[in-house]
Amino acid sequence: MNSLMPLLRLSLREALRGRWLLVIAATLATTGELLLRFGGGGATTIVSLIDVVLILAPMLGLVAGTVQVHHARDLTELLLAQPVSRQRLFLGLYLGNALPLAGAIVVGMVAPFLWHGLLFGPMGLRLVPLLAVAIGLTCLSTALAFLVALRIDDRVRALGLALVVWLGAAVLWDGVILVISLLLGQRSIEAAMLTLLALNPIDVSRVLLLLGTDASALLGYTGAVVQDVLGTSLGRTGLVITLMLWLVLPFGLAARAFQRKSF
Amino acid sequence: MIHIRDVSKCYGKRQVLNRLVADIAAGRITGLVGPNGAGKTTLLKLLLGLACPDSGVITIGTRMLDGDPGYRSRVGYMPQIVHFPAHLSGRELLRTMLALRGETRAPDLSLVDAFDLGDGFDRPLGVLSGGTRQKVNAVLAFAFRPDLQILDEPTSGLDPVAAGVLKDRILAERAAGATVLVTSHVLPELEELADDILFLADGAARWEGSITEIRALTGQPSLERAIAFLLGGRTRMAVA
Repeated sequence: MNSLMPLLRLSLREALRGRWLLVIAATLATTGELLLRFGGGGATTIVSLIDVVLILAPMLGLVAGTVQVHHARDLTELLLAQPVSRQRLFLGLYLGNALPLAGAIVVGMVAPFLWHGLLFGPMGLRLVPLLAVAIGLTCLSTALAFLVALRIDDRVRALGLALVVWLGAAVLWDGVILVISLLLGQRSIEAAMLTLLALNPIDVSRVLLLLGTDASALLGYTGAVVQDVLGTSLGRTGLVITLMLWLVLPFGLAARAFQRKSF
Repeated sequence: MIHIRDVSKCYGKRQVLNRLVADIAAGRITGLVGPNGAGKTTLLKLLLGLACPDSGVITIGTRMLDGDPGYRSRVGYMPQIVHFPAHLSGRELLRTMLALRGETRAPDLSLVDAFDLGDGFDRPLGVLSGGTRQKVNAVLAFAFRPDLQILDEPTSGLDPVAAGVLKDRILAERAAGATVLVTSHVLPELEELADDILFLADGAARWEGSITEIRALTGQPSLERAIAFLLGGRTRMAVA
């Protein structure tokens, strides 16, 4: 019995009728349009869009995922009372949240390039890795949100923790790295920087994306240190694998939390 | 028949069920009663697989609950007042449940007419009143002709006419051979519906048997007074 498609259809209907996906897509499309019009165009626009996506995608995934898990609690219990395995149900609920959100983000990013006729050219090609990372970060942050919301029943505390996770990873992380590099003083910091880089998927995504551009000046503390190491194809492969691991780990932990949870 | 043997369940540090032993007879309506926090909802969740016991064994029919969800194709569930996603309709939820159950028979939607739901079953749940949502909830629970029907405060939020319709349906299910387990804080209602009572307190079964027996045992004229008597009070007490 294929139980996944009915769950996906249900989630998608609810998400589309809620209109918040349209708001997200429209906001991103407007941002992209402004960047294309006033940001100088070309590579500059892509680099600016990288910053927007690295901030927005994890935040939207974490907030929307946490809210949805609690919001759909009664529905989840009703579905759990049907003859469907918890693994299937988790997968259905997870994909039903992550895929529409990733879709809205992709549509919002692609739309301005499409109507400016830039999608099927060199700009379009440069957009592809950014889209891939946006989808990856959305799926990753949705999995983290599920993990948080499944472990914490109080929805306010869960949302608070999700925001703290986002704030730490997207905003405060560079400050942490700066402090650690200052504390290390004259000692070699490469190994420490690489370790810290691997601990933050947003940083991994940023380095991965910026290594594909000429914007080395924007790499920040982490990137500046590791550019020589990770600028090679081997280094980039390592970054992609790290990002994949970051995708698998929260998903696996959230699935385990769902499997064991007493509703 | 449902057999519950030495079932314990903790939520955090709170022991909700404590080596509960009980039997629920097949083909009868059993009312589950007890004071707040007695473990009624937890027992329903264990029967539905929404939670797993820390220890003990539950058997429904010949099937021991072991995490395999297959038995739930023969179980219907009507939760307490629920908040389903606002933009979905009752019919969309029904279609999803049909697909998840792999149900090939047409669903029994006679309650839609009996409740006079009109287009309420096709409208987004978010625009419906609490009572109408509860009617949709009842339609979903009774659509699949289950052998075991688990009802958590089924008439909560319903007007007297709709509550009467639902009670008639519950009795019809019993007449058709289904086993019904029902909680309600309205004890006269349980007295009207139930054949048997399972009385929980402090996570254990304090008493189980027929309503006639509990009245005879306590010497009280009604179920409400009999339960109050068992709880040790002489005046009206809050149960369920």
